[in-house]
Amino acid sequence: MLVRTLFFAAYRDLLGVSQLDVDVAEGSTVSQLVAELRGRGGGFQSLPPRPAVAVNRTYSLHDARLAAGDEVAFIPPVAGG
Amino acid sequence: VVRAGVTRDPIDSAELLSAVGGDHDGAVILFLGTVRDHNDGRNVRGVHYEAYEQMAEEVLAHIAGEAASELRGGSVAVVHRVGELAIGEVSVGVAVSSPHRAEAYQASRYVIEEIKKRLPVWKQERYLDGDQRWLSGHDPHPQADTARRGEGEAA
Repeated sequence: MLVRTLFFAAYRDLLGVSQLDVDVAEGSTVSQLVAELRGRGGGFQSLPPRPAVAVNRTYSLHDARLAAGDEVAFIPPVAGG
Repeated sequence: VVRAGVTRDPIDSAELLSAVGGDHDGAVILFLGTVRDHNDGRNVRGVHYEAYEQMAEEVLAHIAGEAASELRGGSVAVVHRVGELAIGEVSVGVAVSSPHRAEAYQASRYVIEEIKKRLPVWKQERYLDGDQRWLSGHDPHPQADTARRGEGEAA
């Protein structure tokens, strides 16, 4: 199934991409998606092993299961204000 | 709550103030976050703010709603700016009105502190020497406050 990943700020600069559709197995969790991406090597390998993630715009635990079409945003440490 | 949002335009503080307040209110507070010319001993010439805009709008509305629920009347308006900001420009504005001042101060403080903790916004400082860097802020990971934290957090 396809999920859409989003990368912002320092993560986008690290990867050189702001959006990527990723094919993962049905029932995959957030942590499995992270592992799949980090396994690609290059900049992906430099993503933290447990980054903050928002699924469909809500902060999510890493054991949360994903569904096809989910929007998974990788959230670098926030610095608003 | 009367307003919560993200904007690319300069923040009009007078307009933000006029959005709150009413006949039942005895206090109105305005907080402005501004871009300063130094940080960590370096000379800053400007700041670039980026947001996950759709989520940031939702999180701002949640934060403002939480603050407003403690007010017993009164209202909250908050706006965060994104894009290129020069020294002195306003990056965030929080206006709060309430019947009494104590609750207004408390709500105003709550909104800005929660923004720092969980609003998906990032700040890239641009320095006078031409360098630039993303500031490392707060990790909004939902596990950060629980015992499940600790494995391999060092990136």
